[in-house]
Amino acid sequence: MPKKTECIAMLLAGGQGSRLGVLTNNIAKPAVPYGGKYRIIDFTLSNCVNSGIYTVGILTQYQPLELNNYIGNGQPWDLDRSQGGVHILSPYQQIKGTEWYKGTANAIYQNINFIERYSPKYVAVLSGDHIYKMNYAKMLQYHKEKDAACTIAMLEVPWEEASRFGLMFTDDDGTITDFEEKPKNPRSNKASMGVYMFTWEKLRQYLIDDEADENSSNDFGKDVIPAMHNAGERMYAYPFSGYWKDVGTIDSLWEANLDLLNPKANIDLSDSSWKIYGRSPASPPQYVSKDAALQNSIVAQGCEIEGSIEYSVLFSDVVVEKGAVVDYSIVMPGSTVKKGAVVQYAIVAENTVIGENSVVGESPQSIGNLDDWGVAVVGNGVKVGKKAKVKAKSMISADVKEGDIV
Amino acid sequence: MRAKNVLGLIYSNSHDECISELTARRTMGSVPFSGRYRLIDFTLSSLVNCGITKVGVIANSNFRSLMDHLGSGRPWDLSRKRDGLFILPPFKAGDADKGGDRVAALSRVMDFISSSSEEYILICDTNTVYNMDFTELFEYHTEINADITIVTNVGKIPRLKNMMVFDCESDGKVKSVAINPKTEQDVKYSVNTILMRKSLLERLVGDAISYSYESFEKSVIQKNISKLNVYCCNARGFCKMIDSKESYFDINMELLNPDIRADLFNKERPVFTKIRNDMPVQYGLLSSVSNSLISDGCIIDGTVENSVLARGVRISKGAVVKDCILMQDTFVGDDAELQCIITDKSAIITPHKTLSGAKTYPIYIGKGIII
Repeated sequence: MPKKTECIAMLLAGGQGSRLGVLTNNIAKPAVPYGGKYRIIDFTLSNCVNSGIYTVGILTQYQPLELNNYIGNGQPWDLDRSQGGVHILSPYQQIKGTEWYKGTANAIYQNINFIERYSPKYVAVLSGDHIYKMNYAKMLQYHKEKDAACTIAMLEVPWEEASRFGLMFTDDDGTITDFEEKPKNPRSNKASMGVYMFTWEKLRQYLIDDEADENSSNDFGKDVIPAMHNAGERMYAYPFSGYWKDVGTIDSLWEANLDLLNPKANIDLSDSSWKIYGRSPASPPQYVSKDAALQNSIVAQGCEIEGSIEYSVLFSDVVVEKGAVVDYSIVMPGSTVKKGAVVQYAIVAENTVIGENSVVGESPQSIGNLDDWGVAVVGNGVKVGKKAKVKAKSMISADVKEGDIV
Repeated sequence: MRAKNVLGLIYSNSHDECISELTARRTMGSVPFSGRYRLIDFTLSSLVNCGITKVGVIANSNFRSLMDHLGSGRPWDLSRKRDGLFILPPFKAGDADKGGDRVAALSRVMDFISSSSEEYILICDTNTVYNMDFTELFEYHTEINADITIVTNVGKIPRLKNMMVFDCESDGKVKSVAINPKTEQDVKYSVNTILMRKSLLERLVGDAISYSYESFEKSVIQKNISKLNVYCCNARGFCKMIDSKESYFDINMELLNPDIRADLFNKERPVFTKIRNDMPVQYGLLSSVSNSLISDGCIIDGTVENSVLARGVRISKGAVVKDCILMQDTFVGDDAELQCIITDKSAIITPHKTLSGAKTYPIYIGKGIII
């Protein structure tokens, strides 16, 4: 029997992330590479261990192979433990039948038995697809001080962006008085970060009630949180300040990567007191040749750079040949940019080959109507032929023949 | 795989004295090399890549950094219940063998060797930089029915103690062995990677001890050449022995050559090392880098040419670093200029300083020194 654990974390990682298009054809969103050597889920997992939470359940459903393989026994995050550690929780067959996770709340509901093994007092429910550094221990402290049933992390966002978020209204002492989901005319700029701390005893009951309600969509934001609020439970907003980004779309993934190059963005990955852990490939240091030019970029180990790189993030084992140019782009592990090729304003996924003198992506300046502009995306393993062209906003998952324009 | 039947044994203090500045506070095996590695990583990775699962590391002195680096052996998949990594320190103070006496070292760990169930033993040093396919060596050894097979290299004799130089027949069988002969010619010398049956090693070392031996090379190998089938096997690919600060510098710099890198960092036989979880390299707006190896965690705002930078090195604005080897967490301040310098871990070069050595005599700056 596992020993009693004060607080455990449940990490929601089952979403398809369909807005990431070809990038999530074969992998779940939390397994999408980010920041030169990480995967998106590394941030939440590292936050957990840096906050002293060593029991983590990861709820997976969509294309879990790569994610399961990446998490493995959890060793890179120090989560290979005899007490607690990381557990992958997939939907399973039960005596009453087999059910997929119907919603975020249902996913936790189906794993009540897992949670009860640790008899926790508190359960943190987290998303596996946000980029941020946060000390959950401080949030738990706040939760205890307020004697709350539920505490929701809250970030003040710019007013013009507020309508994209689930918003909260709070008292002076932090009590949540009302919610509003993505309103057209926001009256608050306090956004929910999708980071919840629950008193387990309370959450457990609400999950059971929610499951019994046939009209419920079994979602935390839509059903469980409003139910708790309507019942008058003590709910508090925990103010967070710092970098936080939901990388749910191609544009936000691209921006979040380039934010690392912006000193004003306030996301410092070199902070040794709050390291972001991940699985590292056994690649040698990167080599920068005499023909290379590198400006304001992030480049991971194993890369061989002979071309020119500006405002870009290159993952491990990327090769950029002579005369090739990579600008304002993200190039994921194992890809090769051949001689004379240009990659600009693009996301290039893993193990692709960008052929000689081809052009991927277009700069916003070269396009008259900005509505026609967008980041170009090249999917996993795609080969772009010589002198081919991939236009702005294109998203390709099949090879492009020599000279073609897509 | 047959290599499962081979016990690996690494001598971590091999020829410490030849780079005494770098080994003042560490073993040869834990000397940083090629940015993110320690020298022992090459030998250890070669051993595990050919399927060896039990490795003893003889630690004689100064081995704290070695233990820190190896830990439980996890990066090499040697953290296991069955077999795995064994660090073999001296039993008590004063028990350490003086001056790299291999016979004493081997006899000290004979209990470990005898209690291992493997049939063969492969003994390695740590001042050799290579990425060898030991499966080939093992197959050669068994096919040719050798008693002892010694990995050799052809070239000028490294300036090290007790270097064995061989005269061989065309099939590799050793006719004679000379210890440090005076010659400027290219010769076939031992890189001190030796394969034999474990039982033979036990017997030879036992004999040496009972007949007041001189050295491993003289009393175990040279003395028995006529009685045993001793064969040489030339190392294929990149193989260099560090014998001085200058050669340490040169061999580091040789890795700027793409062909040598492709050989040493062979994708089939990856070189593993301790994971530090640094962020990738950040290049600033004014950075200029040319012909250099840069490791994770570096932040480059200045100019770097023909250099090897280890993890976490910072090059500030306006600083110029040429022909240098900068170890972990070295800090180079604004507008400082370095040429032909080796800095040890966490050295700090304050702004506007100018330091220069020569390629034939690089200047060494010790661990944590502030200039």
